[in-house]
Amino acid sequence: MTLSEILSNFYVVSLIKVALVAFVLLTTLAYLQWIERKVIAHVQLRVGPYRVGPHGLLQPLADVVKLITKEGLIPSHVNKLFYLMAPFVAVALALTSIAVIPFGPEITIGPVKTWMQLTDLRIGILFVLAVSSIGVYGVALGGWASNNKYSLLGGLRSSAQMISYELPLALAVVAPLLLANTLSFREMVNYQGGYWLGFIPKWNLFPEIVGFIVFMIASFAETNRVPFDLPEAENELVAGFHTEYSSMNFAAFFMAEYANMVTVTCVATLLFLGGWTPPFPAPYSDAVPILVFAISGLIALYHGLNPARRMDRFTLPATAVVFLGIAAIFGLSLFVPMLNTILMALFWFCGKVLVLLFIFIWVRATLPRFRYDQLMRFAWIFLFPLGMINLLATGLIVALTTK
Amino acid sequence: MTALIFLVFAAIAVICGINLVVQTHPIASALSLIGVMGSLAILYLQLGGEFIAMAQIIVYAGAVMVLFIFVIMLLNAGAETPTFQASSFVKYFGIILLFGFLVLMSFIIQATLPKTEGVTFGAFQGTAADIGRKLFTSYLLPFEVTSILILIALVGAIVLARKEV
Repeated sequence: MTLSEILSNFYVVSLIKVALVAFVLLTTLAYLQWIERKVIAHVQLRVGPYRVGPHGLLQPLADVVKLITKEGLIPSHVNKLFYLMAPFVAVALALTSIAVIPFGPEITIGPVKTWMQLTDLRIGILFVLAVSSIGVYGVALGGWASNNKYSLLGGLRSSAQMISYELPLALAVVAPLLLANTLSFREMVNYQGGYWLGFIPKWNLFPEIVGFIVFMIASFAETNRVPFDLPEAENELVAGFHTEYSSMNFAAFFMAEYANMVTVTCVATLLFLGGWTPPFPAPYSDAVPILVFAISGLIALYHGLNPARRMDRFTLPATAVVFLGIAAIFGLSLFVPMLNTILMALFWFCGKVLVLLFIFIWVRATLPRFRYDQLMRFAWIFLFPLGMINLLATGLIVALTTK
Repeated sequence: MTALIFLVFAAIAVICGINLVVQTHPIASALSLIGVMGSLAILYLQLGGEFIAMAQIIVYAGAVMVLFIFVIMLLNAGAETPTFQASSFVKYFGIILLFGFLVLMSFIIQATLPKTEGVTFGAFQGTAADIGRKLFTSYLLPFEVTSILILIALVGAIVLARKEV
C-alpha cells in the first residue's frame, strides 16, 4: 500500500481531520477565555491578565494546570453517579456538534480529495438542534445531583430557560431553510454563494434580518450567557448549578459553555452570514486578509518604536513580525490555488465566527442581567411570536414566488 | 458491521428498558428511558429514517423527558423502598416461568411472521422533503387532528394550573 493509497482511504482521512479539528477546537476554547478576559477588561478600562506570559498569553495554560492539580472534592452528600456524569455529558455533547460544521469547500491536497468538514449529514441542522436539546441534561443533572437548594434552583432555572429558548431558536433556523430548501449545511452555504448586482453577497442576512436577530438573542439564552445568565450568576445563586463542583468537573462545565458558544456562532455564520463566502467577489476579496494583517503588523511595528510600557519594547515588534509573516503567507497563497482556497475559506469563516464571538463578549461586558420571570416572559411573549411571524412571512413569500 | 451496530444498540435498548423497571430511584428510571429513546433513534438511523431519528431525539429525549425530569426533581421524589416480599421459591420459579414465556412468545412470533425478507438496513429511502410532502398531502387529516389533540392538552394544562381569581 503506497502512501497515497493509505491517505486516500476514507477512514484515515477522517481520523486526520478529527485529530486536527479536536486540537484546534480545544486550543480555541482555552484562548477564547483569554480573549474574553482581555476584552471585558479593556471595556472596563483595566488591563486583564498581564503577568503570566507576555500580555497574559500563558494565562489559559496556568489555569489548566491549576485546575488539574486542584483537589477534586466529591462532597459526601451528593448522588455520586449523576454528580460525575453531568459534566461529562455536558462536555461530550458540546464538543460533538462541531462534527457537522463545514469550514470550507472541497479541497484536493495531493492524492486526497475531501471536504473541509468532518461529516456532512443531509439533516445537519437537525443534528445540531438535537445535540443542544440533550445538552440540557448536563445542567439539570448537575444542579440536582449536588443535593443543594441553590444548585437545584440554578439547574432547574437554567434547563427551563434553555428549553424555552429552543423554540425561538428553531423557528429562526427554519426561515433560512425555507429559502434554501435544504437541511444540509454544505448546500446552505452553496445557496448563499452568488452576488446580487455583482457586489452584494447573497447571504441570508439580508432577507432574514429579523431571523438573525431572533437567532442571536435565542443563542445568548441557549448558552447561558449574559444577559441570560441568571442560573450561574454569582451574586444571585452562589454560582448556581456548578456550586459544588471543583477542579476538572468545574473546568468541564466551563469548557462546555465555551464550546456551545463556538457551535452556536458557527451555525449562525453558516445559516445567515454565508459561511466561507467573502462579502465581495473573489479577486478583490483575496486582498483583504493581506491588507488586514499587513496593516496590523505595521501599526504594531510603529507603536513598538516608542512603546508605553517596558515589556512592549519586545512584544510589539514580535507581534508585528508574526502578523507580517501571516500576511506574507496569504500573499504567497495567491500563487498556489489550493492553498488559496483553504486559507481564504478559513480566513472568512473564522473571521465571521470571531466577529460574532466578539459580539457575545461585548454584550457580556455591557448589559445587566435579566430577572428570571422577565427572561421567561421575554421568550414566550415576545421572541416566540416574533419568530413565528418571521417564519410565516418567509413562507408566504417563498410560496408566492416559487412555481 | 451494521448488524453489529444493530445488536449493540438493541441490547442497550433492552437493558435500559429492564433497568427502567428495576431501578428504585425515579431519576435513574427517567435516564434509562432516555437511553432507550437514544438507542431507538440509532435504530431508526440504521433503517434510513434520519429525520425520524433526529425528531425522536429532539422531541422525545430532548423535550418530553426533560419535563419528566423537571417534575421528578421538583417533587423531590426519593428512592422507593421495595415492598415486595416473596419467598425464594416464588422468585426462582418466577424467573424460570418468565424465561419459558419469552421462549414461547418468540417461537410464536417467528412462526407467524411472513416468510419473505424482513426489514433491511437502509430500506427507507425518503428524505425529509418526502416526509414533509406526504404529511401535507396524503396525511393532512391526521396531521391536523394531532395538532388539535395537542392543543386540547395545552388548554387542559393551563386550565388546571391557573390561579383561582
